[in-house]
Amino acid sequence: MTRFAEKNTAITGVGMSEVSRGATKSALGLTVDAALEAIADAGLTRADIDGIATWPGEKADGSGFSPVGCAALQDALRLEVGWYGGGGEAPGQYGAVFNAIGAIAAGLCRNVLIFRTMYEATARKTAYANSLLREGQRQAGPFAWYAPYYTYAAALQQALFFNLYVHKSGIKPEQVGQIAVNQRRNAALNPNAIYKTPITIDDYLASPLIATPLRIYDCDVPIDGAAAIIVSRMDVARDLKNPPIRIEAIGSSMRYRNSWTQLAELDTQAQPKVAEMMWGRTDLKAADVDIAQLYDGFSFHTINWLENFGFCERYGAKDFIDGGHRIALGGELPVNSGGGAMSGGRLHAYGAVHEACTQLWGRAGARQVKGDPQVCATSTSGGPLAGAMLLVRD
Amino acid sequence: MIARTLPVIDRDNQAYWIWGRDGKLAIHRCAACEYYVHPPVAFCPRCESRDVAPHAVSGRGRVVTFTVNHKAWVPDLTEPYVLALVAIAEQDDVRIPCNIVECPPDAVDFDMEVEVVFEPAEDLWIPLFRPVQS
Repeated sequence: MTRFAEKNTAITGVGMSEVSRGATKSALGLTVDAALEAIADAGLTRADIDGIATWPGEKADGSGFSPVGCAALQDALRLEVGWYGGGGEAPGQYGAVFNAIGAIAAGLCRNVLIFRTMYEATARKTAYANSLLREGQRQAGPFAWYAPYYTYAAALQQALFFNLYVHKSGIKPEQVGQIAVNQRRNAALNPNAIYKTPITIDDYLASPLIATPLRIYDCDVPIDGAAAIIVSRMDVARDLKNPPIRIEAIGSSMRYRNSWTQLAELDTQAQPKVAEMMWGRTDLKAADVDIAQLYDGFSFHTINWLENFGFCERYGAKDFIDGGHRIALGGELPVNSGGGAMSGGRLHAYGAVHEACTQLWGRAGARQVKGDPQVCATSTSGGPLAGAMLLVRD
Repeated sequence: MIARTLPVIDRDNQAYWIWGRDGKLAIHRCAACEYYVHPPVAFCPRCESRDVAPHAVSGRGRVVTFTVNHKAWVPDLTEPYVLALVAIAEQDDVRIPCNIVECPPDAVDFDMEVEVVFEPAEDLWIPLFRPVQS
């Protein structure tokens, strides 16, 4: 299957800034921290970096959603790059990685610095209460259809989809809640996680409803922080410090209506065709996956992923996660070993990639999954956005 | 309840947000094959006709899914309130975000039959839905 460009690429280094509910550094400062750590981790220097990518690119709207773009980081680090790219019109957060794979295949670069920076904790204290709507301004773009209906956050749209899922599947709150309990239990072992105090299923059931059936513990945590990864051409990767983490297969597509209201299957969101694409680019199967690091903006995303990627049948997640044993650190499929976005903080799928590499390199300390994991599934999701990568230690 | 955030109006969506002044829900329809095209654009993805224009539909529909919001996202917001996606009676894959009104939140249900009502807001008429009364 060497015809697929991702098989000629690997992750060679990772970095992460301090993650907090209110940073003492600027967003660019956090990004520099993550970037320099990733470059050093790969055994490279700034002079070796010849590409930069990010998602969704700089959004200078005060929301903190994406306060740093390629240009600012390039200048801060005085990089000389043959290619760079950021932009929100991509198949979710991993669009930056997929673009980098293409740029490497095209011969435009060899070592790409990919980053995701969030400054939402500070933004919420100083500017806007949310990232979707602005008081006194009219809303343009796809969210204009939701704007008049007091739709102030992605949580409301996800609650619409989640409620339909609950209606169709019959999943119970105590089954959904195992995802939050699992993430918090893992976060307690992660020094860089935001919330480390364990919660019980009773805590979950007693937590405030945001929008039925979504509770506060089903939601991820807005933070200040940055994560960075280095994606290198395979021949370069094999000469570097770490065992390369091969990008075995990617899933990316827009084979469905790209809409937050007109998606064909609201309760699966956009992942099924992305999953089909990813599994079509590898000989590996779901049974070969040792660990899963998923963007869990909401616990519903993890439920979706288990079904959409074939780890259980449609509407079978309730039985898969029942009791929480399978997805726990010592279970057959450990999920979000660092606490995920729900307890670790919203680094929007790049926290998941960082944790994937940390585990595959055996560096996770107290939360290291037993049995020398070698295959990790990762994903992004949310409405019409979805992407996935299967990562394998070389 | 606080003022609604309003959409930016353009050539494609203006009928949707304005025809409510005459009590009509405007959904783009293909004159050639009668397929409803939403969000509105002057192209039919089914038969490739360009003869697609706003058309007054019945205003009837069904609740595809909904959520009862309990969080006070901004000051002075009155909750709980219901956010829903309603499929129009004429074509089930045209889904309209809306609030369900004139109905207690805990009485809203999947597949509930609803009808449109309009609420004026500045220069626009906002489509909302209530349980079918007639």
